[in-house]
Amino acid sequence: MAKDTNTSDFRYIGTRPARPDGLDKVTGRARYGADIAAANMLHAAVVRSPHAHARIVKIDTSKAEALDGVKAIVTRADFPTGLTGEDWDLQENTMAGERALYDGHAVAAIAATSPHIARDAVKLIEVEYEILPHVIDVDDAMAEGAPVIREGAANKTVPEGMHPNVVKYIEFGHGDVEDGFAKADLVMERHYKTEATHQGYIEPHACMGQLGADGKGEMWVCTQGHWYIRRMCAAVLGLDTAQLRVTASEIGGGFGGKTTIFMEPLALALSRKSGGRPVKLVMSRSEVLRATGPTASASMDVKIGMTKDGMLTAGVANFRMQGGAFPGSPVDMALYCAFAPYQVPALQHIGYDVLANRPKCAAYRAPGSPMGAFAVESLIDEMATELGLDPMEVRIKNSSKSGDKSSYGPKFGVIGLEETLAATKAHPNMSIPLGPNQGRGIAAGYWFNHGGETSVSVALSEDGTVQVSVGTPDIGGSRASMALMAAETLGIPYENVRVNIAETGSLGVNEPTHGSRATFASGKAMHGALTQAINEMCRRAAGKWKIDPEAVEWRDGAAVPAGPNAGQFPPMTIQEIARKMKNTGGPISGHHESVPDGVGDSFGAHVVDVEVDPETGHTKILRYLVVQDAGRAIHPSYVEGQYQGGAVQGIGWALNEEYVYDNMGRLQNPIFLDYRVPVASDLPMIDTVIVEVPNPGHPFGVRGVGETGITPPLPAIANAVAAATGVRIRHLPITPTKLLAAIKAK
Amino acid sequence: MVTVNLWSGLRRFTDGELAIQVEAQTIGDMLEALVGKYPGLGPIFDDGISVAIDGDVMPADMSKSISSENEIFLLQQMKGG
Amino acid sequence: MSKVHISTTVNGEAVEFLADTRDSLLDSLRDSLGLTGTKEGCGTGDCGACSVVVDGTLVCSCLMLGVEAQGKQIETIEGMANGDALHPLQRKFIEHAALQCGFCTPGILVASKALLEKNPDPSEEEVRYWLAGNLCRCTGYDKIIRAVMDAAEEMRGAA
Repeated sequence: MAKDTNTSDFRYIGTRPARPDGLDKVTGRARYGADIAAANMLHAAVVRSPHAHARIVKIDTSKAEALDGVKAIVTRADFPTGLTGEDWDLQENTMAGERALYDGHAVAAIAATSPHIARDAVKLIEVEYEILPHVIDVDDAMAEGAPVIREGAANKTVPEGMHPNVVKYIEFGHGDVEDGFAKADLVMERHYKTEATHQGYIEPHACMGQLGADGKGEMWVCTQGHWYIRRMCAAVLGLDTAQLRVTASEIGGGFGGKTTIFMEPLALALSRKSGGRPVKLVMSRSEVLRATGPTASASMDVKIGMTKDGMLTAGVANFRMQGGAFPGSPVDMALYCAFAPYQVPALQHIGYDVLANRPKCAAYRAPGSPMGAFAVESLIDEMATELGLDPMEVRIKNSSKSGDKSSYGPKFGVIGLEETLAATKAHPNMSIPLGPNQGRGIAAGYWFNHGGETSVSVALSEDGTVQVSVGTPDIGGSRASMALMAAETLGIPYENVRVNIAETGSLGVNEPTHGSRATFASGKAMHGALTQAINEMCRRAAGKWKIDPEAVEWRDGAAVPAGPNAGQFPPMTIQEIARKMKNTGGPISGHHESVPDGVGDSFGAHVVDVEVDPETGHTKILRYLVVQDAGRAIHPSYVEGQYQGGAVQGIGWALNEEYVYDNMGRLQNPIFLDYRVPVASDLPMIDTVIVEVPNPGHPFGVRGVGETGITPPLPAIANAVAAATGVRIRHLPITPTKLLAAIKAK
Repeated sequence: MVTVNLWSGLRRFTDGELAIQVEAQTIGDMLEALVGKYPGLGPIFDDGISVAIDGDVMPADMSKSISSENEIFLLQQMKGG
Repeated sequence: MSKVHISTTVNGEAVEFLADTRDSLLDSLRDSLGLTGTKEGCGTGDCGACSVVVDGTLVCSCLMLGVEAQGKQIETIEGMANGDALHPLQRKFIEHAALQCGFCTPGILVASKALLEKNPDPSEEEVRYWLAGNLCRCTGYDKIIRAVMDAAEEMRGAA
């Protein structure tokens, strides 16, 4: 029998050992997407549209074909037809069809014997475009007369009479909002806007693909989810899925942006066309910013009713989001999360997913949640200030508790918002005195987290050490968490477990490392697989002892009789069982496949102190605190790391990051000089508090932690700036120019 | 008999009803019964939905058992980043 | 166009390679010499992932040409450890969990080593400003700064 594990008395869990891949990563040995080469390899480059919206009249590849060293060129004509739905969207985004839909949209690709020749060949491909009117802003894209991106892209949710650029509509709520507003002492309605930002991972997309005429292929790619890459490439290219084997390299950041394909099918298509030579394709930074998936931009209207004691009575949220030239902005999730931290008797949510001439958006850490939180948390703060109420007390008064009905309908399971707010309120940062031009802002945030398809295998080695094969790439230290949970379950040292990220040929389908699911889902499945292996090891011991397998338990790395009645036998260690396994029934392993239930939501609260320079409008972060419920922190250092990383991405989003377009719809800041993310000198240390309200749905109480942390910074910083200056900025980012103008206008 | 809660945007396919009772033992049966009653829901479900059973939100698992004791909500399909 | 034969020293070893005149030093290190520890994050000298030391100076190898390596002393991440013995910075990075995806780590380690050789007792502010040219998107820099300061303290104690 496996050990009962939902206790808080752990030997390994909660400790901070060195991560298993640490040595590789500090010596430069670890191999990422571009760190690969193969015999006979070609290098690829992509021709991209310089126009935001244009009909592709003609593509002349003849001059490029004549260049010495060019071995293959592909256009959309080299791709199968007949795809529908999301597969069609992926194919259309991978390679433009009749029209280029955004600045940077791929129109052709080349494979050559060197990267220089491939890039030279790009310049030799002549594309004739007929420039069409374009639209960039989400509200403009919905308005009458806006250029139509695609006819008939709307799904059945969209009511009659909307502009064709509106492709999805969502509406949900409960209670009587008019009645709720009537009961309020203060009703406020405000408009908020956020701009598109990029996940900003430092590693550009990179892959090496090889595809033969027999339809069998191999791919090496930096990705959060190699089964997704496999399925999507197979769909886009018309391949049999199992004939394509994908190996995940180490990954230099993803945050959601590497859960999908952008150029991977191009490497495979070029490979096939070149006679099956391996083709390496690495994106430049400007390609990453122009042609991979930033998050959506949002235009939001929120109306809230509050009593003079700070109780919320009603809320209405109307969100419009553009996700580029394809459906998929996270407007639904933004709405689900927007009021989730609070109990509001009456709520109405309305949302629109809108097309625009911008790159196809991808998930970015808690997709949608930061935008919704920016709007709702800013408004709650403004109303609390107006009523002379303490913003923390207002949050606490209205906070959702375990078993409460959520803002999006179903009731919450066990949640830790109450505990998180209490820990925040009690933190010393809340009482540090502030000086002139300084202000403090707080905000709460929420993300559901995710389970998803999971397939894990474990196996016993001949010497009693254990290998674990998971399908979730290790982006931030999850191998360490897996090994800790395995050590705890088996009762063997952490160092005796090796965690491998298996390639697609070795396991059943796995969803990516996204949705804060790796430690939860791979961990839960691993626990199931280990339980199966433990049961088999107990059975082997029972066989040797000639007793009933039910009478054998597993404890501290060994099989032991379950009680005195079972018999007097010394423990049979895992090493002993392993040594003899070939003669007692053969290899010992365990497998577990599922779509796990019992996902635990994670709530967080942030407190930020800022100082605004009244002469330049520059906002300096003085102090930053993240408090968040992790359920159970398997490796606390990596949980803290997620809190800090999410907070800093949020800081960048709040203060500086945005996609800037010219009047021709071309991205103006596609390099890191101008798309400026936070640097070390912008920031103080980021204080963290890990709250643990265990999730009953996981054997160790784990809740996903990776995403919630990016949600509170946007409103917390806006609220801090308001406290410091008396000025409310409702359109992010809060750049110095914008803030200075607002201060002067006051 | 189970009661399924739909989001208000689906009202126009269900003659205004949002809490719908159907005879079903599993999620698969439930979705089939809903589409049988209100065919307009078919394309919406085909696009992908999540089902929350007693607060546990997951993509629809057709074979999962449900009963009148469960609180059941349908939501748009959710993903992470 | 023919390539140029380059003789140089990398991590103390004499090496030779052929450089296309358009290759950056980063391209030469990674593709001609197979030293893939140094990374390309941006190609425009803004992210620091390609940081190496050339004749004692910290540089972005994406902003130098491969042909400029002729006769120089180049230090990359691959030369930071001494066989099995990790540099204190490398050890402290693992200990402090100062890396998540690890992609910026080689550049940050090379840059931090250059700092501590110049200034063995930097303040937190000095470390932050020195590393302002090395972008990290995962960690928020907190644990990186702690690891560098801790390594500096250990190295001062050992000196």
